[in-house]
Amino acid sequence: MAVVIIIVVVVLLIIAVTAAMYNGLVRLNQQANEAWSDITVQLKRRYDLIPNLVNTVKGYASHEKNVFEDVTEARANALSAQQQGPAAAAKAEGDFQSTMKSLFAVAENYPDLKASQNFQELQAELTDTEDKIQASRRFYNGVVRDFNTKRKTFPTNIFAGMLGFKQDKEFFEVDEAEAAAVQNAPNVQF
Amino acid sequence: MYSDIAANKRKTYIIMVLFLAFLCAIIWLFDKYLGGGTGIFYGGLVGSAIYVIFSYFAGAKMALAVNGAQQIQKSDNPRLWRTVENLAITDGLPMPKVYIMNDPAPNAFATGRDPRHSAVCATSGLLAMMDDQELQGVLAHELGHVKNYDIRVSMIAFALTAIISLLADIMIRLAFFGGGDRNEDNQVFFILGIVAAILAPLVATLIQLAVTRQREYLADATGALTTRYPEGLVSALQKIQQSGSVARRQNTATAHMFFVNPLKAHSLSSLFSTHPPIDARIARLQQMEGHA
Repeated sequence: MAVVIIIVVVVLLIIAVTAAMYNGLVRLNQQANEAWSDITVQLKRRYDLIPNLVNTVKGYASHEKNVFEDVTEARANALSAQQQGPAAAAKAEGDFQSTMKSLFAVAENYPDLKASQNFQELQAELTDTEDKIQASRRFYNGVVRDFNTKRKTFPTNIFAGMLGFKQDKEFFEVDEAEAAAVQNAPNVQF
Repeated sequence: MYSDIAANKRKTYIIMVLFLAFLCAIIWLFDKYLGGGTGIFYGGLVGSAIYVIFSYFAGAKMALAVNGAQQIQKSDNPRLWRTVENLAITDGLPMPKVYIMNDPAPNAFATGRDPRHSAVCATSGLLAMMDDQELQGVLAHELGHVKNYDIRVSMIAFALTAIISLLADIMIRLAFFGGGDRNEDNQVFFILGIVAAILAPLVATLIQLAVTRQREYLADATGALTTRYPEGLVSALQKIQQSGSVARRQNTATAHMFFVNPLKAHSLSSLFSTHPPIDARIARLQQMEGHA
């Protein structure tokens, strides 16, 4: 009789511990998914600022048509590329960054534009969105680190594969192409 | 940085366990002294519990009101607002309420029992003195307090101190005004009881201060981790060290919550200080610069 009780207790313990492990992994997994979505939210916020910026510059430099068309097109591409996976998104992001460089280079030639309050506020907003994008990426990496650590440490690592968590998540890393683009992020200092 | 955070949490845990053990010892002693429980004793405990619950829920609002903090929105001070917002995103915390305190001394504090009910306050002096990196460092430290549930820890520590002080108070009154017969055994406990009653609040306060000092180091480490840039915090601390941080409003109850000590210096400073010395904080942060 005592043996039966002991076996029951042991089985219950195993179930409880496994449940705790599974729930922990699920929670961290969901956090990582949310963090990834948040990066997309911040990127979208930045893209949403662009039409306003283009219009402001147009107000002072209406004949620089090429630049405006390039920026608008690159922005549309970058928005749609978000759905196509990290590699496509990174490339589109790089193209977008270089058109933004041209736009600010143009603005350089128009002192009235640079002095306008509208333009300065937009610059501040743009810098802030870049900061937010960086912040959300950093948070995402933190969550991924926690998830990968939990998945790999004892005793969870024994069961992780069985419970359906077969892979580590990827950190948000800047690859070569984007590293070059990031070095030349929209320069908002004049 | 990571090992600092883990070590600090361990130390706090040990200190809190010792604190509770100390409290249990006092209660046991009192029980023996009173020869087995009286109504006043339990009444005191109930009173303490009510006080603890009240301060848990109302503590944050009281702390803000007592320091004259004014809530702001984004348009009132975009720089402060954006800094807090971006740090909250990095930490994965909901956006806290933001307050400004009108005081030339550079300082900041955070309050709130959990991240969803948190508030961060900066003095006007801090906003004027610090550049963006330094401001980020200071606010990252404050958000670190929120993230580590430090406010809750120090509320509990504060409450334990209050309970111990209350028990000691009851003890002493009973000693002088209480009746009851005194046999041999009771004499020993009587004397021990008096000694304990005098020393207990003192020891409790020292333990509470040790806890809050440890949490300051922890918040420094968390802030450095959030910004990945300990130099910002170091630079802010150095500026404050030079300019001093004595606030216009002196309030001992909330002093421990600030970034640096806002009180005028006392002679028995270091043992009773709510914060670790600035030099020690700078030294620890500088050690982090070499290796994460």
